Amino acid sequence: MTITDITADVPAPRSGEDSGGKLLDVRDLHVEFHTRDGIAKAVNGVNYSVDAGETLAVLGESGSGKSVTAQAIMGILDMPPGKIPQGEILFRGQDMLKMSAEERRKIRGNKIAMIFQDALSSLNPVLSVGYQLGEMFRVHQGLSKKAAKAKAVELMDRVRIPAAKERVSDYPHQFSGGMRQRIMIAMALALEPDLIIADEPTTALDVTVQAQVMELLAELQREYHMGLILITHDLGVVADVADKIAVMYAGRIVETAPVHELYKRPAHPYTRGLLDSIPRLDRKGQELYAIKGLPPNLLKIPTGCAFNPRCPKAQDICRTDVPVLEPVTEQDGSPLPGRGSACHFWKETIHG
Amino acid sequence: MADTEKTPEAVDATPNVTEVEVVKAATEEAAVAAIDAPVERGEPILQVRNLVKHFPLTQGILFKRQIGAVKAVDGVSFDLYQGETLGIVGESGCGKSTVAKLLMTLETATAGEVFYKGQDITRLSGRALKAVRRNIQMVFQDPYTSLNPRMTVGDIIGEPFEIHPEVAPKGDRRRKVQDLLDVVGLNPEYINRYPHQFSGGQRQRIGIARGLALNPEIIICDEPVSALDVSVQAQVINLMEKLQDEFNLSYLFIAHDLSIVRHISDRVGVMYLGKMAEIGTDTEIYDHPTHPYTQALLSAVPVPDPESREGRERIILAGDVPSPANPPSGCRFRTRCWKAEDKCAKEVPLLAIPERFAGSDSPAAHESACHFAEEKDVVHA
Repeated sequence: MTITDITADVPAPRSGEDSGGKLLDVRDLHVEFHTRDGIAKAVNGVNYSVDAGETLAVLGESGSGKSVTAQAIMGILDMPPGKIPQGEILFRGQDMLKMSAEERRKIRGNKIAMIFQDALSSLNPVLSVGYQLGEMFRVHQGLSKKAAKAKAVELMDRVRIPAAKERVSDYPHQFSGGMRQRIMIAMALALEPDLIIADEPTTALDVTVQAQVMELLAELQREYHMGLILITHDLGVVADVADKIAVMYAGRIVETAPVHELYKRPAHPYTRGLLDSIPRLDRKGQELYAIKGLPPNLLKIPTGCAFNPRCPKAQDICRTDVPVLEPVTEQDGSPLPGRGSACHFWKETIHG
Repeated sequence: MADTEKTPEAVDATPNVTEVEVVKAATEEAAVAAIDAPVERGEPILQVRNLVKHFPLTQGILFKRQIGAVKAVDGVSFDLYQGETLGIVGESGCGKSTVAKLLMTLETATAGEVFYKGQDITRLSGRALKAVRRNIQMVFQDPYTSLNPRMTVGDIIGEPFEIHPEVAPKGDRRRKVQDLLDVVGLNPEYINRYPHQFSGGQRQRIGIARGLALNPEIIICDEPVSALDVSVQAQVINLMEKLQDEFNLSYLFIAHDLSIVRHISDRVGVMYLGKMAEIGTDTEIYDHPTHPYTQALLSAVPVPDPESREGRERIILAGDVPSPANPPSGCRFRTRCWKAEDKCAKEVPLLAIPERFAGSDSPAAHESACHFAEEKDVVHA
């Protein structure tokens, strides 16, 4: 599944307002939280973009800022304590951070929707799933209660919930984990958005159910030609579905690459460390490679490159200068499209 | 519990196990002596036979009536050898954590036996049970909830010594705790800190240090790394492997991450709805699975290699795991199995070496509870 063969399947983007630019373009986004102990810099200059029909995987550990970025895009960040001191979030060329609350509300759910990690705590336990699914239609499209319920049944059929008609009045606790996640997906899909942000959609699920849910998501994405931002820490899931990957560490993107390239030749020591720490067959019985140390405290991010205390390649320059995300090239200087690395020594990492 | 109906279900007749040498101890002293006796490396140290745990479902407030039972564990047999790591994998609700609790005697078994060095620990009490508990320790899944936030690290790791004072005399405990912190790779000066001052990986190290405090022989690890970040998981796994060599420990390693289980385990058991579906060495299970559930489970695991995503055959199971309160008749996997036939609904498949492989020395000849066991290499397909 590459980018090209998806676009080949689908003739044209279904929306006419596409001006040839990116569907979503995040530019130099900063998010900080003002806490009693100081300012926690959760996101420090993130840049990424997604096209229609494309899957961007944002990979990172807890505290790397991947979910906060997503919340900033959705406009569901708690402000205060959160604050966006600088940056732009362009959706179809328009900066959402400059929009009024009413304008953003029209985009939220309608154009950009989100799937949350824990379906049980994201669904309202005292309202039936049919009511919650129908809310999208009632609020955004002004449908009647009855029409909204009929739409809800349709949606539940779409995400292959068996006996949707009988189950539409059931409550979230009456569904299994996988089925609840399907309801979350149905809710996100309700208004056929252009972009879906899935924040760890399968982390709480068993592998057999995870496979079902990921396949459903990929299929619906193909069908509606949506952009998808998949936030995860699972290197396996990423390898299965992503087109391109952005690796985050301490609020920055440390590497971007098309999926095949990243696994073959990582250009950042952090990415390399993550890939090396996966247990592999040929290394059974030996010690696993482990990145030493701990992810940094966001209240005191190390100077220079945030990864320097844990990096095996760290030199003096890494402790003083913040590396910028530079384009990565082949040894002879020919460009590698879509690749970038925020490491002073990316050349050594990728070619060494 | 007594009125749980005795189902006439066949028990696994030829389980994957050696004969139990039951040690009949007349007195408590003799039992304790048997428990403290050393076991040779490679000999079975823990033998589980037809272990059953049913949780009753009751109705009514004053006059409680049992209306059924959640069959969390329903006839599980396996051996744990001295010095080995036995991995147990399965989806949530398959009973793997209940097995762990039964082995710790935190729950009382409905039926079946657990032999520790020939002593049935489900029937022990008093000093003999206390001696067993000292030798079987546990590391829990969630390092955020399994450490008391109001106790210092020193108190947490030292608490086992309060219950088993013979392991460390009173004046010596602080030094012992500091040694343990050092062993698990934490600074011994952290002894007076509280759990919230540590990260997830460090907390799990504290949990491991607590498990090691009484010099146990068996450590039961219930999802010890699943709450940790990817980069920290590898550190904890390495630590556990190092400690196993250093202290000659046997691990029962329960997890749902199949790649980590493969890395650490010598043998692997696959559980489904309270029963063992398949058990064998890591190569037998991962490269030559014969049970359809194992095959589906392995094929569903995302492989961290984008090159393989086009060619890989994936078996996507339909539906969810049935409720353990009302498991399907016959083979429990038949409702989701693509091979199911009438026989599967009528006969419970026993955990045994499948007939077609019996006598052959191929790696497919390992215990599998399926009527139509067939080898299928899903990982490399």
